[in-house]
Amino acid sequence: MEHNIYLYILVMAGVTYLIRMLPLALSKKEITNIHVKSFLYYVPYACLAAMTFPAILHTTASIYSALAGLIVAVIAAYRGRSLLTVALLACAAVFVVERILPFLH
Amino acid sequence: MKTKDYQNGLRDGVAVALGYFAVSFTFGMASAADGLSILQAVLISLTNVTSAGQFSGLAIIAAGGTYIEIALTQLVINLRYCLMSFSLAQKLDRTVPRWHRYLMAYSVTDEIFGLDASLDKALSPAYHYGVTSVAVPGWVLGTLAGAVSGNILPAFVISALGVAIYGMFLAIIIPPARQNRTVLLVVLSAMGLSFLFSILPVLNRISSGFVIIITTVTVAGIAAWLRPIEDGHSK
Repeated sequence: MEHNIYLYILVMAGVTYLIRMLPLALSKKEITNIHVKSFLYYVPYACLAAMTFPAILHTTASIYSALAGLIVAVIAAYRGRSLLTVALLACAAVFVVERILPFLH
Repeated sequence: MKTKDYQNGLRDGVAVALGYFAVSFTFGMASAADGLSILQAVLISLTNVTSAGQFSGLAIIAAGGTYIEIALTQLVINLRYCLMSFSLAQKLDRTVPRWHRYLMAYSVTDEIFGLDASLDKALSPAYHYGVTSVAVPGWVLGTLAGAVSGNILPAFVISALGVAIYGMFLAIIIPPARQNRTVLLVVLSAMGLSFLFSILPVLNRISSGFVIIITTVTVAGIAAWLRPIEDGHSK
């Protein structure tokens, strides 16, 4: 990592604060355009989905352990488990598969 | 009266703080897995107070992305706060001094906004500060606990923790996708489009931060155009 982490943090914090502050400080009117509202509503889902796949496949030592983590996370999330539970179950799946894989080769 | 509002905020903030602790614990662990120090992880949580934004920022820091990428990603993923702040601006009493607006902006999050918006009277800054003064310590302490445990765990455990961040993303997007068909289509299209970017020649040379931005704006834009939400603020 040749970038400065504190500069990254400053950029993140600055942009995030401005997004929150500007409408509060400047606005006297509410957004009524249904398409603008809908766009803002869909943004987090599109963004998180795009960040998850296919990046998740390359995050572990083997694509098989990553697939196991993905499948377990999808099932746990579908069943409405909490964020921490889903995350830990996905980690556990990766861990278990990576311990088993050497025996299969 | 102001004291009462602040106390109500403190009381309502406890549930938010507990939820935050669990989520930011995961963030702390993921930060440690990506090589950040405990101080850096805590500093991110203290200055950003946003789950999706922090995780996406962490992904870009880990990938060594550019400052422009991290700024644009924060802009796109946190754009929803814009809408919330607009809405809170309507709910604030007109007599509230302007400096309160600058201070309150710090902690406009999905959950705190939810509490603010659920009040059936005009919003008092004291209530918002009450919620904030319980919820933000929950967020920061969770990060600290997660980063500490991430730093003392052995290497083979840390490698498995790399997947935690994506598990969290899935836990955020899948339950709403289950209940709303358009959200499901948005999730699947965004995954499909970013997958195409990763395998097609030429396109796969575009950096991951920009792929996320292009995908998000395209998919959310098409969804908003074809399937606008009905009640205007369906959480």
